[in-house]
Amino acid sequence: MNRFSYHRASTVEDAIRALSAEPAARIIAGGTNLVDLMKYDVETPSTLVDVTRIEALKGIGETRGGGLRIGALVPNTTVAYDERVTERFPLLASAILAGATPQLRNAATTGGNLNQRTRCYYFNDKLTPCNKREPGSGCSAIGGLNRIHAILGASEHCIATHPSDMCVGLAALAAEIHIAGPAGERVIPFADYHRLPGDAPERDNTLQPGEMVVAVVLPEQAQAYAGHYSYLKLRDRLSYAFALVSVAAALEMEGGSIASARLALGGVAHKPWRRAEAEAALVGRPADEASFAVAADLLLEDALGHEHNAFKIDLARRAVIRALSQAAAGTPQSQTDKRIA
Amino acid sequence: MLKNDTHVGSPRSRVDGPAKVTGQATYAAEFTAPDLAHAYVVGSGIARGTITAIDATEAEAVPGVIKVFTHENRPGTAWFSYKYQDMVGPPGDPFRPLASDEIQFSDQPVALVVAESFDVARHAASLVRVCYEQQPHETDLSRARHDSYEPPRKRTGIAPPPKPRGDAVKAFGEAPVRVSAEYTIATEHHNPMEPHATTVIWDGGGKITVHDKTQGVQNSQAYVASVFGLSSDDVRVVSPYVGGGFGSGLRPQHQLFLAVMASLALERSVRLELTRQQMFSHVHRPETINVLSLGADRDGKLRSIQHQAVAATSRFEDHQEVVVNWSGLLYPAENVDLRYELAKLDTYSPGDMRAPGAPLGVFALESAMDELAIATGVDPVELRLRNYAERDENDDVPFSSKELRACYRQGAEQFGWSRRNPKPGSMREGRELIGWGMASGVWEANMMKTSARAVLGADGRLAISCATSDIGTGTYTILTQIAADALGLAMEDVTVELGDSSLPTSPVQGGSWTAASAGSAVMAACQTLRETLFKQAAKIDGSPLADAAIDDVAFSDGRIVLRTDAARSVLLADAVGAGGHDKVEAEEAAGPGLIGMMLPKSHASYTHAAVFVEVRIDEDLGVMRVTRVVNAVAAGRILNPKTARSQIIGGVVWGIGMAMHEETLTDHRLGRMMNHSLSEYHVPANADIQDIEVIFVEEHDDKTSPIGVKGLGEIGIVGTAAAIANAVHHATGKRIRSLPITIDKILAG
Repeated sequence: MNRFSYHRASTVEDAIRALSAEPAARIIAGGTNLVDLMKYDVETPSTLVDVTRIEALKGIGETRGGGLRIGALVPNTTVAYDERVTERFPLLASAILAGATPQLRNAATTGGNLNQRTRCYYFNDKLTPCNKREPGSGCSAIGGLNRIHAILGASEHCIATHPSDMCVGLAALAAEIHIAGPAGERVIPFADYHRLPGDAPERDNTLQPGEMVVAVVLPEQAQAYAGHYSYLKLRDRLSYAFALVSVAAALEMEGGSIASARLALGGVAHKPWRRAEAEAALVGRPADEASFAVAADLLLEDALGHEHNAFKIDLARRAVIRALSQAAAGTPQSQTDKRIA
Repeated sequence: MLKNDTHVGSPRSRVDGPAKVTGQATYAAEFTAPDLAHAYVVGSGIARGTITAIDATEAEAVPGVIKVFTHENRPGTAWFSYKYQDMVGPPGDPFRPLASDEIQFSDQPVALVVAESFDVARHAASLVRVCYEQQPHETDLSRARHDSYEPPRKRTGIAPPPKPRGDAVKAFGEAPVRVSAEYTIATEHHNPMEPHATTVIWDGGGKITVHDKTQGVQNSQAYVASVFGLSSDDVRVVSPYVGGGFGSGLRPQHQLFLAVMASLALERSVRLELTRQQMFSHVHRPETINVLSLGADRDGKLRSIQHQAVAATSRFEDHQEVVVNWSGLLYPAENVDLRYELAKLDTYSPGDMRAPGAPLGVFALESAMDELAIATGVDPVELRLRNYAERDENDDVPFSSKELRACYRQGAEQFGWSRRNPKPGSMREGRELIGWGMASGVWEANMMKTSARAVLGADGRLAISCATSDIGTGTYTILTQIAADALGLAMEDVTVELGDSSLPTSPVQGGSWTAASAGSAVMAACQTLRETLFKQAAKIDGSPLADAAIDDVAFSDGRIVLRTDAARSVLLADAVGAGGHDKVEAEEAAGPGLIGMMLPKSHASYTHAAVFVEVRIDEDLGVMRVTRVVNAVAAGRILNPKTARSQIIGGVVWGIGMAMHEETLTDHRLGRMMNHSLSEYHVPANADIQDIEVIFVEEHDDKTSPIGVKGLGEIGIVGTAAAIANAVHHATGKRIRSLPITIDKILAG
């Protein structure tokens, strides 16, 4: 862990000033990922900008449009058990509870969860080549240990995945990310927040220098999915493991057929994976396995396996079908009972 | 022997529990000194080669850095390799940290930064620049196995495979039913909660007190004295509490060498605590490949057993375990051929991990027995009963005791095995396939020579001491129970002191032998104490016991009481005082061949188990849950059913981990273990553990140890992984022969 300065920001503006002053400054809130990375010398910030005292980043509130605004500092646990979330956006609560442990969720924040980094073995080990950590050094996972890596949207430079569960739920609900920066405030649709690795895998998201997340907004329309949803996470043990594959499925039902659908995959790409064609294919279809299989195939159409992770393609297909079945039946996957219904 | 026991045999909570849960139990990295310096290891990024340049200039310039040790400037230590041997190490040349520019494994320590604070040391460590000339390495056992060899020098205490019996190849060829397959077990790391750490307290004048994460304080002491040329009077190792060992603390690990080296060179106290990542830079369970072939009659009676294993070892030592012998021990056959070979990899030396060798070989054997059960149509339990060994055919001696048959019967009964439909895939609930599998477990029951001291003070309090460790198994507690019963005291009146090299001699705590060994030593010391106390009590003027013999009295409630007339008694305190001193003391040793024990090898001593497992597997998704385990164990006398049960549960949990989770992943191009964190190296989480039931089968053993104990720290893990693999087959019809059984293997089958 390198030596760094510490700045306790009093306001968003203060934090932005501190971030803008030094390219290597980093925001710290819960620290559940950043501190580990600092111990590994993967992150070597010049300054830690502590945002935990900024009141403007706290709290959950209604938006004028009927949605819910979640401040960047709200702990994952608070979001997962907030009644407005569990009643109107239960998919998000379920996704959060599928991740990490109670202790981590207590400390981890909404903004931090968005910005957590990949758990690729090589990214976390500074004595190995990794384009994300050290651009141009090469990707060790390609041709190396890649069982937990991406099957969609990867590049020849990086096959890392985004590790978040919360973000898969946010992607399916088409949340908005509210950003503040030197040039003022802006809103990024969730789908455009994280990026694919391309030839710049060191960049996980589309934040510009000096910018920071101030809130996540759940749009009013996403409440339409409160009745038929499921978050299904498959992993190497029944708790406290990152997803091999996870699925956020949300349906709006009209009688026995599907009025609209949302589908996002986690653990398979550099960002939560959605595809408009897959969701569109479900609209107007009966909620049966044949419809779900069509959607799954469309969602996974461009999937590409590596030496150890090709199994994830078939696993994802099966998981999508099951999650959609759970959603259609109104029996979402429990995150406490590990039996998959 | 123990008579009228109040405490022994009864469930008792850990006497060290309050200290542990209130943070008062001090572990190796928690000892401190006024001028404590902190050290941090710099590890190699390559697996094999030489250091061409090492530059610590930048690191040394960091304020607070005291010194950076490398192979270029480290102080001289013993020259000869044998000086680095420890009590339990294998043949070969033990790793010598910073000895030269040679790199022998990835993450090998190449420098040690010592600073005024941990944070400064860690930061400066990142500034040490090392250049290497790489040489080709090999870390892939699937390739190295082709250069396997029979270890020329045997490891002390590890029985090599027995000589072949009959003609196993011919008998296999002629057998009407044959099964033959390869079974592999991944590399595993121990990952005790307490990382390896050493705090060296500089006592001045060349004397040091060492707090080491170790399962054997006297092993660490002897190693330090030998390597650094110190008198054993100058090195005291004190480690009263150990946060899990599982074998990782049997041998001195490199942090002990490095911390002592720095302390002696700097003449000040030094602490070195490894990070979780660095815990993957040393001891591990070796990846092992088994080829197992069984030939049998149509009724399942075995004619031929062949078991060949190739296990990984390092380039510099021949680590050895008992992997294949179990196949000649558990089941009798006229034709048996067992072979055990090693293959060298560019890694650190593997080492003992809970029941070293046994769960590896037994996984192969008990999987193959399940395959034979299916091939013959014989029920798996019945198949094992038809092939029940009444005698140890490896060594051609009888068993000291063996209640495995009762384990099968009671385990099956409790589990409800009779309701099992033998057809794979036939039992289900909704989308979940239900699988019931079982396997046998076996482990050595040993006793090692151990000494203990017992001191009774005039205040009626009894102090027991022994150098053995309590690695979390409950040693403090069972020794307290034994001593309290021996002198008729409450457990609160007994204190037990362990884990100090200045205490009476003990071997390392391992091999499941500590309860039998240290327990017998404490019993012997207390026996001597009783005799002394009785004599002193009898010679008190007007003693009510004056004309009694020792067999006529009982020690009860702090008194020596005449059995036939409880009114005639002497207070223990008075008996102590009658000796003219304020205490009475006894030190005794117990061991095989001592105090009336039979000589070794007139009998074979083993613990046994029968493990029954239920798994539920989602038929589409391959997600598996282990929903029920019944483990019926025969381990002689159970001193404390509560701590004993915890040991078996711990073993079963680890068996579940071995079956489903644990795997150290090596990138063979880099020669580096990559999942070096507890987030990516998976052990079972609470959610993975459901019902585990432990049955202790009644077993009387008067040959293994004077107190009837056989030991049970390891037996719980042995059969569990095989039982799970067999249950997976029963659920799905898929035979998975490489551990861990992960979701991709279940789906691929």
